[in-house]
Amino acid sequence: MHELGIAEKIVEIALASIPEGIENPKVERMNLRIGKFASVVEDSLRFCFGIVVKDTPLAETELIIENVPVLVHCNKCNFEWEVDDPIFKCPECHGTDLEMLSGREIDIDSIELAD
Amino acid sequence: MEINIQKRVLEANENESERLKKFFKEKNVFVLNVMSSPGSGKTETLVKTLNRIMPKIRTAVIVGDICTTNDADRLQSTGADVTQINTDKFGGDCHLAAHLIESTAKEFDLERIDLLIVENIGNLVCPAEFDIGEDARTVVLSVTEGEDKPLKYPLMFRLAHSAILNKIDLLPYLEFDVDEAENNIKEVNPNIPVFRISATKEQGFDPWIEWLEKMVFSKISK
Repeated sequence: MHELGIAEKIVEIALASIPEGIENPKVERMNLRIGKFASVVEDSLRFCFGIVVKDTPLAETELIIENVPVLVHCNKCNFEWEVDDPIFKCPECHGTDLEMLSGREIDIDSIELAD
Repeated sequence: MEINIQKRVLEANENESERLKKFFKEKNVFVLNVMSSPGSGKTETLVKTLNRIMPKIRTAVIVGDICTTNDADRLQSTGADVTQINTDKFGGDCHLAAHLIESTAKEFDLERIDLLIVENIGNLVCPAEFDIGEDARTVVLSVTEGEDKPLKYPLMFRLAHSAILNKIDLLPYLEFDVDEAENNIKEVNPNIPVFRISATKEQGFDPWIEWLEKMVFSKISK
């Protein structure tokens, strides 16, 4: 349900990034990176985004979402692997002192303006 | 024309949370963020907890609910300072954000408080994403829910510092496998302490209270 707030924030950041002086700017694409461990439901985000962008330069923006895998580093044996199931134990040494390298992103990468 | 942005969407909340952390450190207040799904018994757990730790640990509570002040009224009966945040009277936000905590915490006399408990909105998804300047997170799961909840909502359980399995007095009447539930919590977060309690019957509270007191006294020195 917080996807609405996230959609609003995304649009706010995107609008603030459009350089001044462009007449009738139109954002064609927006590139997002969302980690698989972030609590974001992609369908909900797309739905909310569609509502929030009405009557803005993002009204027809295509949302491109890159899903970022959950990568984990074991601080004991330095093994790194991708987690598919939410099980946090090193498959090599069974260590539990782990660091999550990626997977929690909710990032805006870039926007693409129409020429 | 591509415009590079490279920005974290929740950056504003993260910055606010970091600022709050410093503020609470200066004030010497330990902040505990308590989360669960609706109906897991958070409020009853906190009522019984407050009865045990006060006045040794001077405690204030911020209660987040979308609507009503029922939980705040129950907590007030313990003698703790309680403030309610209603995110919206007609179905509003599903989590508390850092900026809401800051303005609400300032209503308390923080010089006279050791522990600030934030009872977050009942929801295992959204509150996990929003730091509120807390020192620790506790997640409450009750035995009337599914054993696999930790695997369904891994971020919540992964980020928690302790977990409470509540309503264990009901186990004889349920087909709930309490060991499996605890194992599932530990799959997601292997080093987390899990406390099995019954809030209504006040069973199993000692280890939980011991953990909480240890956490609070490791930070504060009033």
